[in-house]
Amino acid sequence: MSRLLRAALLVAAITTIPIMGAAAQDTLRLVLRYDPNTKPGVLVLRIPGVNGDSLRAILQRDFDNGDRINVVAADETGFPDAPIAGKNGNYPLYAKLGAVALVQATPTATGLHVAVHDVAQQKVARVKDFMIDGSPNSREWRMSVHNVSDELEAWITGVRGIAATRVAYVQGLRNGRLYVIDSDGAFPTPVGDEAGVMSPSWHPKGTHLAYSLVGAHGCCQIYVLDLTSGGARRIEAVGGGLNSTPVFAPDGVVIVYTHGEESGTDLFATTVFERGPARRITVGRGSDNTSPTFSPDGRRLAFTSGRLGHPEIYISDADGTNPQPLTYSVGDQNYRSNPDWSPDGRLIAYQSQQTDGSFQLNTISLRDRSVKQLTSDGSNEDASWAPDSRHIIFSSTRTGSKQLFVIDSESGRWRQLTRNGGVRLPAWSPPLTR
Amino acid sequence: MHRASRTVSLSVIALVALGACKKKPEVAPAPVEQPAPAPQPAPPPPPSEPTCDAACVEARNNAAKAEAIRAATAALTATIYFDYDRSDITDDSRAKLDAKVPVLTQNTGVRIRIAGHTDSRGSDEYNLALGQRRAAAAKRYLTDRGVDGSRIEIVSFGEERPTCTDESEGCWSRNRRDEFEITGGQITAVQTSSR
Repeated sequence: MSRLLRAALLVAAITTIPIMGAAAQDTLRLVLRYDPNTKPGVLVLRIPGVNGDSLRAILQRDFDNGDRINVVAADETGFPDAPIAGKNGNYPLYAKLGAVALVQATPTATGLHVAVHDVAQQKVARVKDFMIDGSPNSREWRMSVHNVSDELEAWITGVRGIAATRVAYVQGLRNGRLYVIDSDGAFPTPVGDEAGVMSPSWHPKGTHLAYSLVGAHGCCQIYVLDLTSGGARRIEAVGGGLNSTPVFAPDGVVIVYTHGEESGTDLFATTVFERGPARRITVGRGSDNTSPTFSPDGRRLAFTSGRLGHPEIYISDADGTNPQPLTYSVGDQNYRSNPDWSPDGRLIAYQSQQTDGSFQLNTISLRDRSVKQLTSDGSNEDASWAPDSRHIIFSSTRTGSKQLFVIDSESGRWRQLTRNGGVRLPAWSPPLTR
Repeated sequence: MHRASRTVSLSVIALVALGACKKKPEVAPAPVEQPAPAPQPAPPPPPSEPTCDAACVEARNNAAKAEAIRAATAALTATIYFDYDRSDITDDSRAKLDAKVPVLTQNTGVRIRIAGHTDSRGSDEYNLALGQRRAAAAKRYLTDRGVDGSRIEIVSFGEERPTCTDESEGCWSRNRRDEFEITGGQITAVQTSSR
C-alpha cells in the first residue's frame, strides 16, 4: 500500500467527537482510529526559539518510542513552518507526506503553547498551554516536555504515552546500587547510597521505592525510600531471616514481600507507613514462594512458587487463598519465574528457561492462557510493564553484558535503554505526571 | 597395623593483653640476661629404642592437638555443593556434614553461620530463596544428628557472592554451595589419634 493511499485511509478514519468534563475548554478531540499494524503519521513542525530543536527532538523521540505514532520526517529546507488553511493553503502538502496530524508548538513565558492540527479537516483540532518546569535540558525540564508528549499522544491516538515515566534498576551484578533513569535513557541517576540493593518496586504514586538490601551477613531486609526527601526507612515488621522482593499493593498502603527462615519462603504482607503486624499470605509448606505482583484491582496476586519442585508462576487471591499454577507445562524447561501483571490486567509477563539454558520473556493471557514469546536473542529476564500495558523493560545479554532494553510487546521492536553493563532488576514507574 | 584413638580435652589458655592500647610508662631497660650455655647435644639414642621425656611427650601432644584443631576447623568449615536448582544433600556433602557433627557436639560453645549460595543462572530473586533453602537443608542435617539448632544461623546470598564468574559448568558447580563460618566460641575438644 502506498504511503499516499495509507495516509488517505487514515485521514478518512479521523473522527472528531465532543469533549466532556475537565477538558471542556477545548472544542474538539482528535481521535485517530487505525489498524494496530499501522500508525498515524504525525509531523512535528519546527519549533522556534533557542531550545526549539531540543523540544522538537524530544517530542519526536517520545512519539517514536511510544510505537503508536509514525513520526513523519520532512525536508527542512524551505518547508513551511505553519499550516495555512483554505483553497491555496498547504495542508495538502502535509497530507502528501503522510501526516494526518501536525503538532505546532510555540515557546511561551511559562512553557509551551501547542496546537494539534487535523490535516484532513484543515484546522486546529486542539490547543493547550503547557507549563515547562526547570532550566532547559535539566532533568525536571525534560520530564515536563515528556508530559507534553504523553498528552499529545493521548489526543492523537486515544492512549496516553509513556515518556513521562522512569525506570528504577540495580547497577552492578554484586553489591548493586539503586538507580533511576528516564524512560528515554536520559539521566541515569543513583538513588540512595547503599550497596547490595535488589528488587526495587515503585509506589503506585511514584513517590517511593521499596527494595531489599543484602547485608554483609546475608539477605535481606526491606527498605522504603522517599524519593522526595531521599531518606530510606527499614520496614521493621518483617523481622529476621530472608526478606526480599517487596511490592506495593495498588492501594499504596500495604506491601507484600518474601520472608523465609528455615522451612522455605512464603509471601507476607504488612503496612508500609504505619507499623502493623506481618501476616502470612502463602502456605508453601517448605517450598519457595517469591516475586509477587498484584493484579491492577489489588484482588489477586501472581508469584513464583517452587511447590511443584521447580519454579512456576502461580496466581491466588490477594489473601493467598485459591492458589493455582498458571504456567505449568508451558515450554520445554521446568523453570518459569518473575511474573509481572500488566496494568490493564490482561497479561502476565514472565521469564522461561529454554533448552540452551537461556531465559526468554513470555506473556500469558489471563483470559485463555495463550502464551506469546517476546524475545529470542541472548538471555532476557526481569520483565516489568510500562503503564501503557504494551511496552516492557527487561534485562538482556543480547549485546554482551547485561543491559536494560525496552520491547514493544505488539510489534517486537526493541531499543536499548542503558549503556553501562551489569544492569538488572528494572521496575517501570507509574506515570509521573504533575 | 593397629590405630588407637583417644580423646583429649584441651584447655586453651587465652592470653589477654590488658591495656594493650594504652601507652605504657617508660621504665629503665631491664638487664639483659645472658643465655645459658647451650647444652652439649646428647648422643643420638639407638634407633631401636627411641626415648621421649615428659617435655618431648608434651610437645608431641601439643603438636598433635594443634593439628587436630586445624583438621577439626577445616572439617567444620568445609564447603558443601549442590546440584542445579536443588537443595538436596548429595552423597559427597553428606560425608562432609558427618565430619562436622562430632566437632559441634564436642565443642558446645562453638556457633556457626551457614551461608547458602547459587550459581548465576535463573532468577536473581528466586536464587535468594534457593540459597536460603540450601542453608536450611544443611542446618536440618546437623540438627537431626544432635546439634543444637540455636547454635546455627542460616543466611542466603543467592547468586550475589560467587567464587567465580565464568559461564561454565565448572564455575557454576563451585558456586552452588553452602559455606560454613565459625561465628562464636573456639574448638578446644578434638579427636586425636596416636599409634
